[in-house]
Amino acid sequence: MTRVLEIKGLRAAYGATEVLHGIDLHVDEGRVTALLGANGAGKTTTLRAICHFQVKTSGSVLFRGERVDSVSTEQIAALGVGHVPDGRGTFVGLTTEENLRLGCHARRDRNAVADDLERMFTYFPRLKERRTQQAGTLSGGEQQMLAIARALMARPSLLLLDEPSFGLAPLVVKDIFAIMRRIRDEEKVSILLVEQNARIALELADTAYLLETGRIVKSGTSAELRNDDAVRRAYLGQ
Amino acid sequence: MEIFVQQVIAGLTTGGIYASVALALVMIYQATHHVNFAQGEMAMFSTFLAWALIQAGLPYWAAFFATVVVSFVLGAVVEFAVIRPLHRAPELSVVVVFIGLLVIFHSIAGWIFGTQIKEFPTPFAKDAWYASRLMSAHQVGTIFVALCLVAALFSFFRYTTLGLTMRAAAQNPASSRLLGINVGRLLMLGWGLAAAIGAVAGMMVAPVVYLDPSMMIGVLIYAFAGALIGGIDNPVGAVIGGFLVGVLENLIGTYVVGTELKLSVALVLIVGVLVVRPAGLFGRRVVQRV
Repeated sequence: MTRVLEIKGLRAAYGATEVLHGIDLHVDEGRVTALLGANGAGKTTTLRAICHFQVKTSGSVLFRGERVDSVSTEQIAALGVGHVPDGRGTFVGLTTEENLRLGCHARRDRNAVADDLERMFTYFPRLKERRTQQAGTLSGGEQQMLAIARALMARPSLLLLDEPSFGLAPLVVKDIFAIMRRIRDEEKVSILLVEQNARIALELADTAYLLETGRIVKSGTSAELRNDDAVRRAYLGQ
Repeated sequence: MEIFVQQVIAGLTTGGIYASVALALVMIYQATHHVNFAQGEMAMFSTFLAWALIQAGLPYWAAFFATVVVSFVLGAVVEFAVIRPLHRAPELSVVVVFIGLLVIFHSIAGWIFGTQIKEFPTPFAKDAWYASRLMSAHQVGTIFVALCLVAALFSFFRYTTLGLTMRAAAQNPASSRLLGINVGRLLMLGWGLAAAIGAVAGMMVAPVVYLDPSMMIGVLIYAFAGALIGGIDNPVGAVIGGFLVGVLENLIGTYVVGTELKLSVALVLIVGVLVVRPAGLFGRRVVQRV
């Protein structure tokens, strides 16, 4: 199976404080890989390090077989990495539709863009209702949907999802993960999912890694991690 | 009545100039969320460049377009060399740098071109068909140019992807970068465009107020009032605001406070708008859920 993303010995630091101490992980094509861990383990930093976003990094990052660890944030996005950041990155003063169009600002195929926009609206009908509304007025769940749809508008081959469940009501989280399942099946996109909510993440993911204070401490298929005693105790509350 | 009509029309003409400078302010604001206090001085400097080119024997329109291009480059260079290193600096430092730029451009213009008042030609022939008893050809031309600029700018921000990415980059640069938007390049482009618009405004105002290093100081304050009245994030509003300020300035100057106190009208307008309706008449209040 081809690996969309392969990370070896990745270290990342904010200023002088190292947060990731050399991690290895990979994402297989067409699969969902989950990166689990508690608050402060370094999950968000891992995603930022992949994109060279606001952190200092070292180590190797291969995206579709090519080294991207010396490439700028903007270029990595252009190569096909869609990053749904923590905090959702909403453009609050623009309308929902303008937010979505920003996702594909580099694309020139107007008709295909119109089709993609419609497709996003079938995944997220709520966004269609809010089409001309200022994005800052959307609810947290709607903004999360908007962030995912915006990233997908660029037709990325890898989607980095940073805690889509953060701050949302359980029902909304369930909704979003149901849609993510559809997206996994219908879009040609591989997903690296960062989550604190291990239970719901393991339901969606094929494989998973467990991150503790900047180091990968466990990895395996979702089933393996779900049945692991330590994981059950610490992350699934069983 | 005749005086009233004349004052309104004269107000519309100066309003056209305020509107153009207000547009440049809106342009920078859209691209960076800053108000560039040096905008007027940069425009004045550009006008001196045009004057020098015309003195060197270039025909008016050749000098005009050369100036617009050179001003664009100058604006982009200022962004790259002066503003970019400040991208992590607090608001107040940026404001101080803007004021510094104002003084620098003012002094350099005086040093190179002298402080003597110079005449600047108008491209609109005196006896053109659109000239009338109430409005000279230059007045009509100035208004027309301002309207063209606003139409172009409005369409740019509203209907083009580049305009959209520019608004996005000003609003949320971090999120823009994650979408592959090159924020630095857009900032340069924004500064360049604002400088180019300012240059056009300067060349329109110079035939009226005559060319000297201080010609834009009052204009900038009026333009700022215009931009605020219309809404600093709205090109159409800025133009309407510019015209409004021009007319108000003239009427209040004629009937109420006299010409000596005209400038204070603009200042009162600025304070009034900021207190009563900070988003301006046509500006959008950005709503955010927390």
